[in-house]
Amino acid sequence: MKERLISIENVTFYYTGSRTPALKDVSLSVYRGDFLLVTGPSGCGKSTLCRLLNGLIPHFFSGELRGKVQVLDYDVKSTPTHVLARHVGMVFQNPENQLFLSSVEKEIVFGLENLGLPKKEIKRRLEEVIDLLELNDIRDKPPYELSGGQQQKVAIAAVVAMGPEIMVLDEPTAHLDPLSSKEVLSLVFKLNKELGVTVILVEHRLDMTINRVSKILVMNKGEIILIGEPRDVLNNKHLEELGVNTPKVVKVYNELKEKGIVLSQIPLTPEELASQVKLRRARLIHDVSNRS
Amino acid sequence: MLAIEVKGLYFYYVKGEYVLEDINFEIEEGESVVIMGSNGAGKTTLIKHFNGLLKPIKGHVKVLGKDTKECTVAELSKLVGIVFQNPGHQLFAETVEKEVRFALENFGFSENEIRRRVSEILKYFALEKYKNLSPFNLSEGEKKRLAIASVLVYEPDIVVLDEPTIGQDAIQRKKIAEVLRGLIRDGKTVIAVTHDVEFAVELFQRAIILSRGRLIADGDVKDVLTDQEILKAANLLPSQITECAWLLRDLGFPNCIVSIQELEEHIIKALRG
Repeated sequence: MKERLISIENVTFYYTGSRTPALKDVSLSVYRGDFLLVTGPSGCGKSTLCRLLNGLIPHFFSGELRGKVQVLDYDVKSTPTHVLARHVGMVFQNPENQLFLSSVEKEIVFGLENLGLPKKEIKRRLEEVIDLLELNDIRDKPPYELSGGQQQKVAIAAVVAMGPEIMVLDEPTAHLDPLSSKEVLSLVFKLNKELGVTVILVEHRLDMTINRVSKILVMNKGEIILIGEPRDVLNNKHLEELGVNTPKVVKVYNELKEKGIVLSQIPLTPEELASQVKLRRARLIHDVSNRS
Repeated sequence: MLAIEVKGLYFYYVKGEYVLEDINFEIEEGESVVIMGSNGAGKTTLIKHFNGLLKPIKGHVKVLGKDTKECTVAELSKLVGIVFQNPGHQLFAETVEKEVRFALENFGFSENEIRRRVSEILKYFALEKYKNLSPFNLSEGEKKRLAIASVLVYEPDIVVLDEPTIGQDAIQRKKIAEVLRGLIRDGKTVIAVTHDVEFAVELFQRAIILSRGRLIADGDVKDVLTDQEILKAANLLPSQITECAWLLRDLGFPNCIVSIQELEEHIIKALRG
């Protein structure tokens, strides 16, 4: 049985001044090593959910919070954010809002100094993260001279250096071009796989992520309406109406099914779709040659 | 007539550090064009030349035959409506209704005409119920739609959109796509800057690709966005459909498949013999 890191029980949250709840009776468990993808239409409560996990709600964004939020051994309601920040790292949409120092190195060291670590340990962690995220070429550069993709990598590096067990990323690729998005996401997958970091990723685009996450969570109007393994969630016919960008290969699978061609399973990537078609084709040729 | 003519365009913000170098192309009236390329390739800088916000350092840009160097931004804005990437930078009026009225009042439309157009466009974009709210109370998706509405309402001949699909969920994306499809069908010149390959192949005819301030490709959207080398140079990835077709090359699938329907037809053919 995997260790439970996050436990949210019957949480309802109203931002101050709002009459509609941003979260409505939400319950969720996240286990060590999970990679959870959170998606859903604009305004569905994704960012609010993220803000609960490091205590920004209720300590920074005020409002009425009902229910229980536990992260590791901490009750979020009664734990100051600087304690939670050691365990839960946050990365936002726009890295420019997160970076402010004159070099990549300083950016990474800043958080470590704030943790009050000894110099030697800071140096060790700095080198480790620069090595892991391949930032050596840009370590002395000021962040504002970097491309959007590089900036986002630096923002992630600064968080990773602090050694959080949990990382929460709220649409980290929204402003990046496709190739840079892919690179940033590969990095996040690497952190999950190699360092065992538990990841919660908010993302509109499923095509780049879906084959590598352990679970998908779909929200709508402050509620969790679907949660499960990718293929099970994609099997739901109402995904598009819920504002979820279904990957194109899944659409092809569905349309073929309607025309009587049922492939063995829902493909998550172009590779999976192509290999299923190849296999089916090989079998067809085999059958034909056997008959003749 | 040519909607836009760009000839030998050079531009820099800091002297000597060229952001655009020797850009040449023509866009006919009624064409639909996407401008694509990596972050920092010069796409937004290029479209800011279309309404004279920026003027060429060398070369020229003509809009419906008028040299932008000889026109004011106000004159050009009547011909070219630009919707910028971040609606927060564009919206400033006290209410949604005033936001949409702003350009019409400035361009001297009659009060009757203003009322007719405003009510029509608010209805079309499902923003009517918010007409007395401040634009800043709207969600990001709604702000984007409002920014588009406040440009379309004065019916410019040329519509330019910078990253219309960023941060939009499937429902909003579909809505924006429908609006653009309508404009293209009505013969407007529609130009969009985007990273979204799926969106580009669904809606547009032609693609212009920039890389480090230079134009590296210009042609039919299907040819350009299924060319591996061009995609790589522009930090783009092929659409899932194209990638799948490439993987099925051995079975005789053509390289330039972009739509679900085409891929489906080829798969059916391959599997039914």
